Amino acid sequence: MQVLLDQKKLIGPLSKYFDQTLDDEFWGEKTWEKAESKIIKETVNTVISKSGIPSSEIDCMFAGDLLNQCISSSFGLREANIPFFGVFGACSTFVESMSLGAIAVEGFANNVLCATSSHFCSAEKQFRFPLELGNQRPPTSQWTVTGSGAAILSKNGNGPYITHITPGKMVDMGIKDANNMGAAMAPAFADTLITHFLDTGRSPNYYDAIISGDLGHIGKEIAIDIAKSQGYNIKSNYNDCGVLIFDKNAQDTHSGR
Amino acid sequence: MNPLETKQTYQDYVDKKSPNSPILKNCFNAFWVGGLICTIGQIILNICKERGFDTQTSGTIVSILLIGIAAFLTGLNLFNKIGKFAGAGSLIPITGFANSIVSPAMEYKSEGYVMGVGGKMFTVAGPVLVFGISASILVGIIYMIFNTQTITLV
Repeated sequence: MQVLLDQKKLIGPLSKYFDQTLDDEFWGEKTWEKAESKIIKETVNTVISKSGIPSSEIDCMFAGDLLNQCISSSFGLREANIPFFGVFGACSTFVESMSLGAIAVEGFANNVLCATSSHFCSAEKQFRFPLELGNQRPPTSQWTVTGSGAAILSKNGNGPYITHITPGKMVDMGIKDANNMGAAMAPAFADTLITHFLDTGRSPNYYDAIISGDLGHIGKEIAIDIAKSQGYNIKSNYNDCGVLIFDKNAQDTHSGR
Repeated sequence: MNPLETKQTYQDYVDKKSPNSPILKNCFNAFWVGGLICTIGQIILNICKERGFDTQTSGTIVSILLIGIAAFLTGLNLFNKIGKFAGAGSLIPITGFANSIVSPAMEYKSEGYVMGVGGKMFTVAGPVLVFGISASILVGIIYMIFNTQTITLV
């Protein structure tokens, strides 16, 4: 697994766990989109070489990113020579890839590769405003990670294992503010979590850690509140990747990823 | 309390939960930076008049200089920092208009000069132009209807 965090120059608090970090957003390429393709390509190469599984033995890969037609993954991985399923789940792409990958391993595959990437600059360019535009970001806005992650799911090995998948339903509580994604996503997260508890008969304290993707600081608090109102206390062992990945005060990222 | 009862209760709950922008601080910064930009404009205007330009020409020179400076600062990646600090203070004067055209032009240069720079240059400023020009045509028509006697093209 590999990621890099850019932009804020200060590399985030988790940077020591990543295989590689970069300090500029182009990484020698001419455009951000090409840089993102290179990032996911290098990430996949890293995970393959670290796993010791030759790429010829990987039956298929599930990957996606935020850009139109998932161009980062499709251009970045075109030379991998592995059957490819493009996945788009926006913030949930990686978990979606892992879920589908696990089902593939349960069914036909021995080794499945799952990967995703995002790039702050290419995402802002596609979804928001040019970076040089002199506008103000509200405190609820979040900061897209520049980075990539990949994993190989295998029939063999000593774990960790994927034992359960609870796919989430879409829950739209009508939040229209594009700068408050945490609030828009939190109800769906809480709904999925509670569905998972009901399905498995477990309670929150069964888990060492409950981790959500990118609700950010505000979304995290909302998720805790919603779970509490439904009778589940997740406060002690729940955290959010968007909260963990940046140092909010030092990096001026507002509400996290 | 169940915040998910209805969409409205959730919206109210989210509004309460989300930190507001620091309005007083933002207004204060917008006020003095905006004022400073206008003062700079006035200084340029006065200098031009001093040098013997008439008021209208001096005004044009002010616009050209402020647009030029804002475009240059955008290119140096400085205008967005001013904008982050001053908000509407640097956005509302003509500097903001310059920035809103130069920034997409820079951003989309990677997609080529015709379809990139040319095609995407007005993505931010486009609505201002469309509605600004439409409004001026509308006002012009109204003016023409009610002032048939005294049309003078200014």
